[in-house]
Amino acid sequence: MHLGLFIAFAVICVAGAISLVAQRHPINSALSLIVVMGSLAVLYLLLGAEFVAAIQLIVYAGAIMVLFVFVIMLLNAGAEERTRGSRVAMALGVPGLIVVAGVLMYTLAGHTAAGQDQLAIGATYGPPVAIGRSLFREFLLPFEVTSILILIAIMGAVLLARYHAAPAPETRAIDPDEAGDLLQLAGTHGSAAGARERRRAEHRMREREVTR
Amino acid sequence: MTVPLSYYLVLSAILFSLGVLAFVVKRNIITVFMSIELMLNAVNLSFVSFAAHWHRLSGQIFVFFVMVVAAAEAAVGLAIIIAVFRTRETLNIDRVNLLKL
Repeated sequence: MHLGLFIAFAVICVAGAISLVAQRHPINSALSLIVVMGSLAVLYLLLGAEFVAAIQLIVYAGAIMVLFVFVIMLLNAGAEERTRGSRVAMALGVPGLIVVAGVLMYTLAGHTAAGQDQLAIGATYGPPVAIGRSLFREFLLPFEVTSILILIAIMGAVLLARYHAAPAPETRAIDPDEAGDLLQLAGTHGSAAGARERRRAEHRMREREVTR
Repeated sequence: MTVPLSYYLVLSAILFSLGVLAFVVKRNIITVFMSIELMLNAVNLSFVSFAAHWHRLSGQIFVFFVMVVAAAEAAVGLAIIIAVFRTRETLNIDRVNLLKL
């Protein structure tokens, strides 16, 4: 049961990651990354880390990926174009991937003996209460530093993405009686009864234009 | 039937390598950014599996911190991407070859 769930969601996870590489359009890559994050949350649940699984879904798949999708739609990103550099990168990247994966798997899996004790299914070892206690006692200083980091990131994001508008064209001040005529024009627009009133207001405005 | 720790670590290694591959191969700056998130997720998986294996809570705490840093990094990075797009009118990373805006 446990192994079956692991294999199913690991396959979904790897398929999502491969899809992220294979897709040409960034929105498809973003959606496959959401698939990866969702199945990782299930794997966290299998490992008994329910708090991390919930945070994974809320923060990663929810907040961060929504930010990504939002930026993709804001910038109207199309399918990526192929350049000569990307072909070189593909020729170097695929063998490099195999080497990196091989070295990582050898170092990570080769030195863990198979006979070590394994976690039983549903064994919860990290309830949110324990995590909160640990976070606010042992890891209090990193927690506070993290809050400063978040503050700096918010201010930096606002500063970087702020639109530096060109100076607005010079506007001339409208004198009060002209404003009244303008309002009258706007208010009587479209109604048959106000047509005469409108004509009078237009005439007054034209006269003022001539005298100026 | 339990799952050995090494299975989780191998999965984490595969995900990390796919993230490295996407980082090298992809040309769209947003997709490159997403591949960084994929690598962070792979590292998080190995943190959680080690934490489950040794019955220690600190692994999960570190996952928490990694997520916070990833969120901050995503906010700042996407702001930089928007600023770059505004001046360059492109998202192709090959065409963004100057630090100057």
